[in-house]
Amino acid sequence: MDAPAIVELKDIWVSYGEVPALENVSLSVFEHDFLGIIGPNGGGKSTLLKVILGLIRPQYGSVSVFGQSPEQARGHLGYVSQRYLFDRDFPASVWDVVLMGRYSRAGILRRYDDRDRAEAEKALAIVGMLEQRGKQIGRLSGGQQQRVFVARALVAEPRLLLLDEPTASIDSTMQTEFYDLLEGLKDSLTIVMVSHDIGAVSVHVDKIACLNRQMYYHGSKEITPEILEATYQCPVQLIAHGTVPHRVLREH
Amino acid sequence: MPGTANRPWYGTAPGVEGTLTMLEALQYEFMRNALIAGLLAAVACGIVGVYVVVKRIVFISGGIAHASFGGIGLGYFLGINPIIGALFFSLASGLAIGGIIRRTRLPADTAIGILWAVGMALGVVFIALTPGYAPDLMSYLFGSILTVPFSDIVLMLVLVAVIIGVVAALYKEYLILSFDEEYGTVAGVPVERLYLLLLAMIALTVVVLIQVVGMILVIALLTFPAAMARQFTHNMKTMMLLSVLFGFLFTLGGLWLSYELKLPSGATIVLLGGVTLALSLGLSWLRMRYHRTRRVA
Repeated sequence: MDAPAIVELKDIWVSYGEVPALENVSLSVFEHDFLGIIGPNGGGKSTLLKVILGLIRPQYGSVSVFGQSPEQARGHLGYVSQRYLFDRDFPASVWDVVLMGRYSRAGILRRYDDRDRAEAEKALAIVGMLEQRGKQIGRLSGGQQQRVFVARALVAEPRLLLLDEPTASIDSTMQTEFYDLLEGLKDSLTIVMVSHDIGAVSVHVDKIACLNRQMYYHGSKEITPEILEATYQCPVQLIAHGTVPHRVLREH
Repeated sequence: MPGTANRPWYGTAPGVEGTLTMLEALQYEFMRNALIAGLLAAVACGIVGVYVVVKRIVFISGGIAHASFGGIGLGYFLGINPIIGALFFSLASGLAIGGIIRRTRLPADTAIGILWAVGMALGVVFIALTPGYAPDLMSYLFGSILTVPFSDIVLMLVLVAVIIGVVAALYKEYLILSFDEEYGTVAGVPVERLYLLLLAMIALTVVVLIQVVGMILVIALLTFPAAMARQFTHNMKTMMLLSVLFGFLFTLGGLWLSYELKLPSGATIVLLGGVTLALSLGLSWLRMRYHRTRRVA
C-alpha cells in the first residue's frame, strides 16, 4: 500500500479540562479502508472522530485529512453522529433531512436544485428509505432514523464516511441489514466506524483499531474474535502504532 | 401629549369606551393602525417564534426582551423615541448573550439572567436620571396596541421586511441550524454567524412586539403561536404560516375581547393565546390517550 494516507493523525493529545481523552494517538487511514475503532466507553472513540472532523482541536499533535486541515477537508467528509434525535416533534420530514446533506454541495444562499433532489432520491433508495420520504423524521424508529442519517451523509458524495456507533439504537435484525448496507458501500468509499460492538465489527470491517485513550492499532484483514478479545482487554499502555502494527497484535 | 392624563395606562381607546362596536371603531385611524400593528406583529412572531420554539431558546428571547428596557430608559434620557433606544439595546443584548454563550464557559442561563437584570436596571436608572415624568412608560412595559403612532408602524414594517428577507434567503441554512448544529458545522454552514443573526432577528421581533403586548409579555407571542402551529404540521414552512395565522387570531381576538370587556389589550391578547394553547394541548393529550387505550383494548 504505497498510496498516501487520506487521514494522518500524529501524536494527538486531547483532554477535557483535567480529564485526558486521547494520549499520544497516531492513526493512518488509507483509501478504501473499512476501519473499525473499538474500545471501552470513555475511551475517546467519539473524540477521535471529532478530531478528524475538526469539531475538536487537539492540544498537541497534527491532523491532516486529504492533505488539508480538517476544516478545509469537510467537503469530502460524511458524518453520522452517535446522538439520537432528542426532539421527536421536530418539524422536518425524512426528505428535508436528507436534502440537508446537499448543503456542502449547494453552498450558502443557493437553493437545492434538481441534481440535489436526484442525489437525495438515490441515497434514500440505497438505504431503503425512499418510500418513507414524506414521514416526519421523529416518528421513525431508531434504526430507520439511522438509515436516513446515513443517506444524509451519502448525498454529500463524501470520499470518507465517519460513523459513530451507528448500530447503537438498532435492534439486532436491523443491525445485520445495516452492515449489509455498509458492505455495499465500502467499494466506493473509505469508512471509519466507531463501535463498542466487537462481534459485529470483527465480522464486517477490514481493519481494526483498539482505543482506550491510547491507540492499539491493527492493520490486518485476518481478524479473529480471539485477537479482538485480547486487544480489547489490553491494559492502558502503548502496544503499537506506526507502519506495521498488526505483527505486534499477533504476538499478543 | 395633551389628553393623556385621563387615559388609563393600559391603552383603552380614548373616548370611545363602550359607545361603539368594534366595526364602527375601525373607522378610526388608531383602530386601523392597531390592526396593521397586530398583523405585523403576527408575521414577525410567527416566523421567528418557530425558530425560538424549535431551537428551544425561549428564555434567551425573554432575556433580550427584558434587556431592551435599558434602551427604553436611554430613549427617555436622550429625548429620542424610546423604541429606537429599545432597538439598539435589544440588538446589543442579543449579540452579547450569543457571544457569551458561544465563546465563554459561562452557562447560558447565567448569561441570560445577567443581561436580563442589568438591562432592566439600566432602564430604571436612565428613567430616574431623566427630569420630569416618563409618559407612556407603562405602554412599553405592558403594550398599547391602540396608541401605536404611524411612524412606529413604518418602523415595524421595515423590521418585518428585514426578517422575511433574511428567513427567505437562509431558510435551508436555518433548517440545518435548528435541526443539528454539529452536522451543520461539519457541512460547512457558518453556524456561529447564523446563530448571532438569529438572535438579532429575535431582537428585531422584540421591538415589533413591544408595541403590541409590551416587553414583559413579548415572550408569550414568541412562543404561543408557534407552539400551537407545531401540533398541526411537521413541515417548517407550514408551521410558520400557521403560526402567523394563530398570532394574528390571538392579536385580533385579544383586541376585540379587551374592547368588549374593557381590559388591558396586551394582557388580554396574551391570556387568549395562553388559554387557547392550553386547551389545544389538552385536547391532543386526550386524543392520544384515547387512541392508546383503544389500541390496548
